This record gives sequence, structure tokens and C-alpha cells, in this order.
Amino acid sequence: MSSNKKYWKSVEELNENSSIVEALKQNEFVNEIPTDEFLGDKETLEETSTTRRDFLKYVGFSTAAASLAACEGPVKKAIPYVVQPTEIIPGVANYYATTIADGFDFASVLVKTREGRPIKIENNALAITNGNANARVNASVLGLYDSLRVQGPSKAGEAISWDTFNSETSQALTSAVAANKDIVLLTQTFASPSTSKLISEFKEKYGNVRHVVYDAVSESAALDAYQAKYNERALANYDFSKAMTIVSVGADFLGDWQGGGFDSGYSKNRVPDHGKMSRHIQFESNMSLTGANADKRVPLTPSQQKTALAKLYSQVVGGSVSAQDLPAHIEDAISKAASQLKKAGSNGIVVTGIQDVNAQTVALEINEYLNSKAFDKATPNKTRQGSDKAVAKLVADMKAGTVGAIIMSGVNPMYTLSNASDFAEGLKKVDLSVAFSLKVDETSSLTNYIAAAPHYLESWGDVEIKKGHYALTQPTIRPLFNTKQFQDALLKWTGNDASYHDYIKEAWGTTILGGSSFNKALHDGTFVGAIATETEDTTEIVESEEVETPSGNAARALAASVTSDSEFELTLYTKIGMGDGQQANNPWLQEFPDPLTRTSWDNYLTVSKVDADALGLVNTHVATGALNSNYANVTANGTTIKVPVMIQPGQAKGTVGLAFGYGKTLGLKEEMQTGVNAYALYQGFNNVQSVTIESAGGEHEFASVQLHNTLMGRGDIVKETTLEIFNTKDKKHWNAIPVVSLNHVETPVTSPDVDLWDEFDRSIGHHFNLSVDLNACTGCGACVIACHAENNVPVVGKEEVRRSRDMHWLRIDRYYSSEESFEGDNDKKDNISGLGSSLSEFSEMENASANPQVAFQPVMCQHCNHAPCETVCPVAATSHGRQGQNHMAYNRCVGTRYCANNCPYKVRRFNWFLYNGNDEFDYYMNDDLGRMVLNPDVVVRSRGVMEKCSMCIQMTQKTILDAKRDGREIKDGEFQTACSAACSNGAMSFGDINDKSSKVAKLKEDNRMYHLLESVGTKPNVQYQTKVRNTTEA
Amino acid sequence: MKKSYQSLEVNLTNNMIQVIYRKLTSNILHFGFVILLTFTTSLSAQEGDPAKGKSLFNANCAACHTLDKKMTGPSLRNVEQRLADDEGLDREWIYAWIKNSAGMIKSGDAYANKIYNEYSGAAMTAFPQLSNEDIDNILAYTAEEKKAPPVPDTDAVPTGDAAGTSGGVSNEIILGALAILFILLAAGLFLVNKTLRRFASAQGIEVEDDSKRTPLWKAFVKNQFLMLVTAIFFLLASAYFVFGYFMQIGIDQGYQPIQEIHFSHKIHAGDNKIDCKYCHSSARVSKTSGIPSLNVCMNCHKSIYEYNGETTPEYSKEFYDGEIKKLYDAAGWSDEDQKYVNEGTPVKWTRIHNLPDFVYYNHSQHVSVAGLECQTCHGPVEEMEIMYQHAPLTMGWCIECHRTTNVNVKDNAYYTKIHEELSKKYGVDKLTVAQMGGLECGKCHY
Repeated sequence: MSSNKKYWKSVEELNENSSIVEALKQNEFVNEIPTDEFLGDKETLEETSTTRRDFLKYVGFSTAAASLAACEGPVKKAIPYVVQPTEIIPGVANYYATTIADGFDFASVLVKTREGRPIKIENNALAITNGNANARVNASVLGLYDSLRVQGPSKAGEAISWDTFNSETSQALTSAVAANKDIVLLTQTFASPSTSKLISEFKEKYGNVRHVVYDAVSESAALDAYQAKYNERALANYDFSKAMTIVSVGADFLGDWQGGGFDSGYSKNRVPDHGKMSRHIQFESNMSLTGANADKRVPLTPSQQKTALAKLYSQVVGGSVSAQDLPAHIEDAISKAASQLKKAGSNGIVVTGIQDVNAQTVALEINEYLNSKAFDKATPNKTRQGSDKAVAKLVADMKAGTVGAIIMSGVNPMYTLSNASDFAEGLKKVDLSVAFSLKVDETSSLTNYIAAAPHYLESWGDVEIKKGHYALTQPTIRPLFNTKQFQDALLKWTGNDASYHDYIKEAWGTTILGGSSFNKALHDGTFVGAIATETEDTTEIVESEEVETPSGNAARALAASVTSDSEFELTLYTKIGMGDGQQANNPWLQEFPDPLTRTSWDNYLTVSKVDADALGLVNTHVATGALNSNYANVTANGTTIKVPVMIQPGQAKGTVGLAFGYGKTLGLKEEMQTGVNAYALYQGFNNVQSVTIESAGGEHEFASVQLHNTLMGRGDIVKETTLEIFNTKDKKHWNAIPVVSLNHVETPVTSPDVDLWDEFDRSIGHHFNLSVDLNACTGCGACVIACHAENNVPVVGKEEVRRSRDMHWLRIDRYYSSEESFEGDNDKKDNISGLGSSLSEFSEMENASANPQVAFQPVMCQHCNHAPCETVCPVAATSHGRQGQNHMAYNRCVGTRYCANNCPYKVRRFNWFLYNGNDEFDYYMNDDLGRMVLNPDVVVRSRGVMEKCSMCIQMTQKTILDAKRDGREIKDGEFQTACSAACSNGAMSFGDINDKSSKVAKLKEDNRMYHLLESVGTKPNVQYQTKVRNTTEA
Repeated sequence: MKKSYQSLEVNLTNNMIQVIYRKLTSNILHFGFVILLTFTTSLSAQEGDPAKGKSLFNANCAACHTLDKKMTGPSLRNVEQRLADDEGLDREWIYAWIKNSAGMIKSGDAYANKIYNEYSGAAMTAFPQLSNEDIDNILAYTAEEKKAPPVPDTDAVPTGDAAGTSGGVSNEIILGALAILFILLAAGLFLVNKTLRRFASAQGIEVEDDSKRTPLWKAFVKNQFLMLVTAIFFLLASAYFVFGYFMQIGIDQGYQPIQEIHFSHKIHAGDNKIDCKYCHSSARVSKTSGIPSLNVCMNCHKSIYEYNGETTPEYSKEFYDGEIKKLYDAAGWSDEDQKYVNEGTPVKWTRIHNLPDFVYYNHSQHVSVAGLECQTCHGPVEEMEIMYQHAPLTMGWCIECHRTTNVNVKDNAYYTKIHEELSKKYGVDKLTVAQMGGLECGKCHY
């Protein structure tokens, strides 16, 4: 039956004479489709002789030709040396000991080279001092292959030769002397005896020479305090392995506090040994790595820190200090800390990060009073020597026009000075400006000459890291570019024809070695001498202000200096990944997630939840789960910067934090230009600024690798207990093996009776296990970068990280407690009953506490003996080896990703794209220079395959092969993975559990040992050691 | 950029140069060498034995001297004669010089100093161990007349060819005879058929007309069963060939590229029996066998400037000498001045054995630990005039060997415990590589 219904398409149809309806009847598209726009203009189209058919023919032919061509392999060329260096055997790695001293990081390291290319940085086990590479030092090898490095000397942007450079600059220096103007050497802290000697020779020759040492992130207050007290411009050296009670007031000593490098000593006493471990109390405003590891953490504002330190002084040392009252819980914490310190006596130590001479003096005085064993006065640190006042005076002098020449090395004041515009103004009045620089950066782009500087892996050098503790820097590759060291130029300017290498050798022979062999020192990379060299005094021009040293005065002065009129106190800090920002163009470090916020590619204003709510600042999650935030305007003394906001659990109320090292604009790739420059707020070299904050709206996209913050009371992931329980109760109370019901009998999941799988016999040969001690792990992340370097893990970029496509084989999960402690979370979860309660309380547990407990947990492939991934692979691309490693054959993988779905630990990573040789991922794998860092023993994976931690099978196989070739058995300690070798804190141990005498076999039998998600029954070959917190209050 | 790379692999985007199989001449040409027997010169006062002299010369002098060419030291052909003629020096001078050249230079002997300065102050090693008689023998050897260059005996060639063609002719005769036989047979059948028809028509029997019958092909097409079978056959056959084609992609067995410098493994490893690992030394300790750098070549080729072995028309002495010249150019060596004159240019060898990047293969594991001969995988290298890929280098080929080869555990403390335990477990005396875990994916793929 036909219908007469008329369907109206619009009201317009009611109007019978509507032109629109008529037009639509005729034409589907009312407007002509602009074909010209995408086809090209008419004329060209008509002129061309290519018809549509021809076009299809071409397409067809080229497709066929391409596919036919693909059937033939490429011709590969093999080009041997003309004369092969005797020390190089192709395919065999050489190791060289050297030292990084870039003004921020000082460490003795071992450089692994292959066919003459440095490819990895490792710890130098022979070094007594700073033999441990942190994440930045591990990543520094990539800086060598930075495609944006300056390739030769230049003058006003024009390339010149070194001869021209030398003659022109020498002339300019002479005329500066003639004009009676100052010559200034503005450098990083070299801590180099030979450089100091060279500079004094330079001073002799030119007369009006001033050497200004400039640390981007200043430790001037600590240096001044130490100098006033001990007549030596150095930093107090602490050996935390000798401290059992550690009180830190605002010192991030596991991070970069006073040059860093204290973490391995600290970790030694963190592992309970015979029922004892150290107790660590942290007073701080930002949530730092150190605070996260503390047994007790007290959040308080920077001005409260000063009061707290003064009060601690009066309670430990005595003497009255009139200080304002602090909230009761802080007062309580201070008095408990004081009594514990007193009880600990010489086993106690107090450190502070407050940039105030009085505060630093107070800390020194307390340690002196305690006669602290950890306070090593004999060998103070020399890794920071900068003087704020000298830098400030320099800027003033430059503006006044009294500086005739400025030669800079290792510094970038235009980026790191808060008054950079003053510096730029002054620089214009200087006749000769030279920057020894790796990059055309903010500073070197403004100077007359850019002197292309070599990377430290191409340089000679020496460092006195601590008094009497020397280290040598030697080149591990011939300079890639036409570069010269600052010291070589100094030699030329002083008319010395020797090379810097000869100069060092001579200087060492006469002053340092005392008859020992230079070659031995070069081989070891370090030398501990009986004779200390004089530290060059770079503070001579500063009129020394009277620092009050009599006992108690410093504390009183400190307490009196507290002013608390500001709305917010901003604490500027450095991230363990980015430091002072000189490696900002390093994609490994950009993608390295901050241990606490787990956010990569950014810096941000850390705000407490309470303050964020008050200011209307929010963090939101978008549909993909990625984190977004709005911006805040931060104003300090009239300088305003717009920063994205990160709500940080543990941030003290009334305080905010912001990291240095980001917001660089020159000398780095566009992708790497992330974050904001916090140095703009670093006024007067004070890392604490009083600021005002207002919401600036907007939407900022963060790239976070971990989007959930709490454990939700699932104590079987990070097992925790307290020292008291650990010492007094049986293992089953604090590290029980989960049970299942078998015939109504509770049976441990480790029992073969409840296992679905047949057990393989792994008792013959090697059986590798990796042990991770959650007590020793500080979350520093050196292992993450070491894994990157060893295994050619690609960098995917901010956008991809936001999509959770990060490729880290090894991640360090960070968990906050939702209650005061993780124990509280467990109790809360256990007490949930009923639907209503579970709905409300579980969602409460998603939020971290205002001052949470923090736990770090490195997670890599667990190499399960009963691996869920292996059973679901349709092509058997992942299979188990007898040695306990879960193998992954990339060439066999077809990319179904079933394995990743079935992995309970979420450690498998999928290559969504081709990350190498692809300009869409402009990091380092797409240029010839960057690819030189790749490890030739590990495959570079292609698109569409799954990858994961291999337990460094290339390293274990190499160890086995070496033993086979030598015809010997393998000793414990020979087997290593990249992460275990990089861990200087003793948190990761790797070895063969079939060797019953091995360390890891013993750890497997340890009471603290547990497996991650043991209840799943996967029988992993990675073990964890239960975290024990020393909560015992004195 | 650091320039000195060992085996920097350059992936060229152009297609693979067509593999050229130079058929090794199967017919070895027979050369007759005219051997000019030694005859001693009557000019010498004291006669020496040139045969003994030759061995002494090779043992003591050949590192620096040759007979006809200036090298580290001067050429020595007829040295005694020349000294006598040009300088008026007698054999006693030669004895003294050889036994203590430095002493003579010091003593201020005019010619001794002249020659010392001519060779830029490089004094000749003293040979006090040589007796006068030895020196006589050496001098006798140097006094021999120069051999005529070995000329291929052209007379011998036709005989070789004749022998080769005679085999071909016999085949052709057999084939020809067979063909004639078939033609005769066909003709016979045709004649029989014709005769029978004639008989039939004569007897009035009607022969069925061919055109009424269904042609064979039509019947075939109509028979669905046959069609099905044929279709299946053709499908299977084409699948077989397509599969075969795909399976050989990327397998370059027999790959024999022409190299920049013609390097004959036959001459080096075969004729001269040089150990493979003398040149490919890193095979002992490294994952790569290493292509020898040119300084390794020059260890020998400083003094070996010409080829004196067997030659063929294709590879003549001139050809080989030309290749040695190429080596000198690449190494930056001047044969005239006997010294390096420039930095040289690295040789771009075309890589023959290419394992995919996703395979980890270690030479030292196989060469040093397992003690395998290079020939196990690389084939009869000592017979290869031009190197080619002997093995298919497929995973199946690797696995096959790992399944069948026993682990070499002799005198290796690493294996002692594990071999004892594992062989007990498997109940065998000797473990194969596979039983040791040599088939696990992760042992080669990481």
C-alpha cells in the first residue's frame, strides 16, 4: 500500500516558491566544489598529457617494480682500516676510565667503546670518590653525538680557523691590557688543579685578569659558611654510610644537593642488617627524592625550616634561641629528632639545603658538636666553587664598561642568570667576548667568537673532586668536530706550545703523583694523593662580610632572619633527570620520567592539594587517561612566568616548587624545547622566593607515564613493614606467601600441588635471578638510562608518551599512600564492608594523602618461569630459556599484542612506529651521528613488534662466552645486567641462583624476599626484598 | 666524524649486482714449462752450490733483498760481478760486509758508507753465523741468469680442447643416432598405416572417418574429472614453484661478487697454505671474523711484489701483478721508493656473507670454543679463486648443525660440571649443541 505521507526536509519546503528548494533539487551541492584547490589549476591540468589511465599505469608499474626490487637484497660494503690500531679488535669493546666534570656533575666513570665509538657510561669500581654515574651522567654519552653541536670556531656566525681565532683573540687581549681594562674568565667549576695552574699563568701574563667561577645552581652560602669556619672554600663532605640517624632540613641529598653523589653511602645503612638500619627524618617543603625515602617526613615552609633548624640547634647543642612558635606537630617532630640525634651522638648527622650562610653554619656546628663520624673534614668536596657576589659584581662591572674581555667556558649565563638582560647589556660593552661552548646557545650566540668546545669524552682534563682525591679525564674518541678545549686556548694565549695532555702530565708529575705512575692513574681514572693542591682563591675581590661564628649566634641570626609575610614560598629545585639544564637537548633525559611526578618532557609548578583547591587550579584526566592541567602565573619581585600546575602530594601548604633546567630556547631541537625557564625567578641566587600565584586558566598537556598514584591497599605489590615488626615478628606476619584453597586446605601458591604447569628442571647450568631491594633503592633512575643505552630503547616523544606508548623496558613505579601510611591503606581496605562503603572508600583511596608515604619499585620483565605471555603467543615468538630468561624473538613476532594483554606486570612494549631512521621521531636514531651510540650487539627493533627487557641476555651470553674461551668457571659477580651494573646503591643484584654461594642465591632465601603478585603463580625470576621502614621514635 | 672504522657497512640502495658465476675452467690447461736449468758462471773463482745458496738466500736475505728489484736493500743479481766491475771490490769485501756491515761503516770504508747513506742510514743486519762457504753458495745463486718468464705452453692448449670436445661429440652421436632411429620408426609406422589402409580399401572395408570422432582435447575438456585433476595438478605445481621462489628470497648461496681487488683465496689459503686466522685474526676473540686491514696484507706484500705461481689465460701473471699494484695504491705504498707515501684509501670490499641484523653470530664461539674449521661453513675456501658464499646461511642450516654436532668440551673447565650433569640427564655420552640449549631463540636473537 502506497503511502501518501510527505516527509518534510525543512521548513523551507513550505514555501512553494523557495529558490533554495529548487536549487537543491537541481544540485546536490549548492556551491561548486572547489576542485581547483586540490587538483591544481585548470591550465596545468589541460596542458598535461598524462591521462587518468596513464596515471594508473604509472602507479601499477611502479608498485610492481618496487615489489620486484624488494626481492633482491642490498649490496653491503665492508670497509676495513688501512692501518688497524692495535688496541681495536672489531666486535670487542674497550673500556676507558675517565671523568665527567661539566660543572654540575662530577663522576669517575668507565666508558665502553666499540670500534672507537663511546657507546655507554658505566660506574668506575676502582674510584673511591664519586665512582657512580647518575642518570644524567649515564645519558651524557648521547650528548657527544648531538647533531646541533658547534662544529668549528666562528666569528659573528662566520666560520673561521683556529689560527685566525688565536691571533685575533690574542691581539684583542693585548689591547684590553693596553686599555687598562679587566680580562675576565667566567667559567664553570672546574675543580681542576692543572686548569687552576694554567689560569694563574694566564693571570701572570696579562695582569688584569679576574677568574669568576659561576655555578648555575649556586651553593655559595654553603661554601661561604665552610670557608668562614674552616678557612677553605669547599663543601662539607658527608659519608652517610657512617650515619645511623640522619636529620635533613631541606637538603635533597639523594638528589643534587651540594653536588650530589651521597646516595650510595646512604643506601648502605638503609638495608636492615642484624636488626639495625639508619633512621632518616626529613623536614622539607617540596616532595623531594630524599623526602620520599625518609622514614619520617615533615612538610613545612622554607621559613619554617629556618626556625626548625634553629630550634634543633638549641635542643641539641643548647643555648636559647628566640624563635617563633611552629605548629605543634612540627615542634614535636623537632624535639623527637633532637633527642634521637643526641642519643645517636657521633652516629648522627644534620644536613640542610637552606641557602643561607647562617643555616649552613648551624648545620656544621651541630655536626661539630655531635662529633659526627659521617662529617669528613679531611676531604671536603671541591665540586662547587662559584661565588654569587663575584658574579653579581661582574655583571655590574660589565655594565659599567670596565671589562675589556670576557672569556666564558662551560657557562650559559644568558640562560641561567635571572638578570640575563643586564648581562646582555653588559656584554655589548665588552670589546672581546668569547664563549667556549658545545652549542650555539643563549650566551654564545651573543658573543663575538664561538670557540667550539669538545665534549668531555673528547677532552683531556683533571679534577680534584675531593681534597686529595684526583681524577683524570681522557678522550675516548678522536674529536668529531674541529674543536679545541678552553685549556688549549689558555696555553696558546700564554705562549705555551705544549698540548694540554702534556701540561697535565707535567703538572701531575711535579705536584700530585709523588712518584706514582701517571699511566696507572690514567688507567684507573683516579688517584688518591697525599698532597692536596691549593684551591685557587676566586673570592679575592669580594669584601668578606663578617659571618658570625661564635656558637649559637648563627642560630640566633638564623631564627631572627625568618620573615613570614609572603603569600607563597617558592622553592626552586633541580630534577634528577635534567639537573641545571645543560643537557636539555638529550632526548633520553627529556623522556626520563621524574621519579616523583612520573612526568616526562616538562617542568611544572608543584602545588599542594589544599592550595590548588583554594586557587582554583586543577589537574584533570582526559579520555585517554593522560594528565592535563591549567596554568598559573607565578610572580616574584615583578617577574611573572606562566607555568603549568602539578598537584603534588606531600607539598607543604603555602609552598610551591619549580624545577630548573627547562625552557631553553637555543641550541636544542624543537621537540626538546619544553617547560619554562625557572632561572628567571632565581633572583639573588636564592632558591627560595616569596611569590604570588594566580590561576591563568588554559590547558596544558603533560606526558606522564604513571597515571594512578596509590596502591589501593594492595600490599602484595609493594610489601612493607616496620623495623620493629621485622625484628620481633615471624616472617609470616609481614611477608606471608599467599595461599589458595586446595581440597579445603590452605596451600601456599608456591606449592607444586596448586600449579597448573609442569615444572622444568632448571637445576643444571645457569639460572639467572635479579633481586631488587626496595630498601636500598632510592628511585634515582640511573638504571633506567643505563637500560636505554644498553638495549637501544627508542625515544618516542611527548605525544606518544601521552598515549602511554613509552618504551622504557625498566620503569620505576612510585606509589603514594592514601592514608598516613601504606599500613593504614591496608587496614582501610580490609575494613571495607558492603557496597556503599566500598564505593565511597575505594574512590577515596584513589587520592594520595597530603603527606603520604612513598614507595619506589623498579619493574622490568619478571621473566616468569610460568609466563602468561608465552602461552598466548600464536607464533611462538616469546619462549622460555633454560637459564630463566624469557626470550623475545623480534623477527618472529607478528605484533598481535596478546602477550602484552596477558602480562600481569605490564612490562611489554609495542613498537607502534618505526622509531629509527624516521624523521617523524627527530631525536637521535634518525641521524648518522646519533645512531653511533647504538649498541651493535642488540637489535634495533622495527615497527609492529613487541619488545621487553631481555635480562640483558647479550651481557650474560658474553660473560659465558668469555669463560668458555678461557676454559674456566664463572665467579659470582661476573654476571651483570645493565641495571644491576648501573645501580651504585646495591639495590639490584644479579646472578646465578644455581651457584649456591652467589649473593643472589642467598637473597632468594632471605626472609624479606617476595615475588611481585605472587598469588598469580607466575614464578618470576625477579625477586623483591620487602621494604622496611625505621619508624622507631626515640 | 671519526674516520677509522672497521667494517663500516654501507647499505647501498641500488639493486644487488648480478651474481656473476665465473665458471671455473674445468679443463685445466696443461702448461709445459721450459725450465732453464741452472748453469754456473765460469767467471767465479770459487764455485758454490746455487741450490744451497737459494735456500740460504730465502732464509736470510729475502726479507730485504730480491735478485732483480731494489727493496729494503739493493737487488743482488750478479752482485759480485757488478761490485767487481764498478767498484773494484772483491769477494773478501763481501764476506766482511755480510758478517759485520756496521763495523765496516765505522771503519770508514768508502763504498760501505756510500751504500749506507744511499739507503738512508739503514744498516744491514750482521750475519756472523754465515760461513764463507755459505756466502759462496749465496753468491752462486745470485750469479744465476734470470729465468725466462713462465710462458704458457700454447701447444698444449689444443690438445686440452680436443679432449674436451671429443666428449661432446660422443654425446651428440648418441643423440643423433637416437633421433634418426625415431624418425625411421615414425616413417615405418606411417608406411604400415598407409599400407593397411590400402589393403582395407582394396577389400572393401570402410575406414571410419576421423572427422566424425571427437577430438581428443574436446573429450578431455568434457571430462570433468580429468579437468579437475589437471587443475589440481597445475595449481599444486604452481604453488610448489611459487613457494620455491619465495623461499629463496634473501638466500644468496653462491653469491660471488666481483671485488675491487681480485683477491684469490686459492693462492693464499690453498697454494701458500696461509692460516685463515693469520689474516682473519679477530675470529679468535670477536664476533666478527674481521676483514684484514691493509697493513696485514703489507706484512707479506712489502716483499711479494709479483706473482710467480701458476697462471691461466684468464688470470695471467700481468693480471695478478696488476692486482698487487692496486693493493699498493690502496695502502699508499710506493714500490719504487719502498715506503709509504700517503695515507692510502680503504678498500670497499663487497660483503659476501650477510646474516640478517636480528641474528647474533659469534665467530669466536665457533672457532675458538668449538674448534670448528672455517671450511665447515665457508666451504673449500682454499680452492676458491673468487670467494663465494658456500652455505645457504638459513636458520634451518644453523639448526641442523646444532642438532647434530657435539659440544667440544675437551679441556674446558667451563663445561665440566654442566656436561656431566646434563649428559646424565639425557643419558648420552656426548651432548649435542641442541641439548646444551643451542636451539633456544634467545641464544641467537636479541
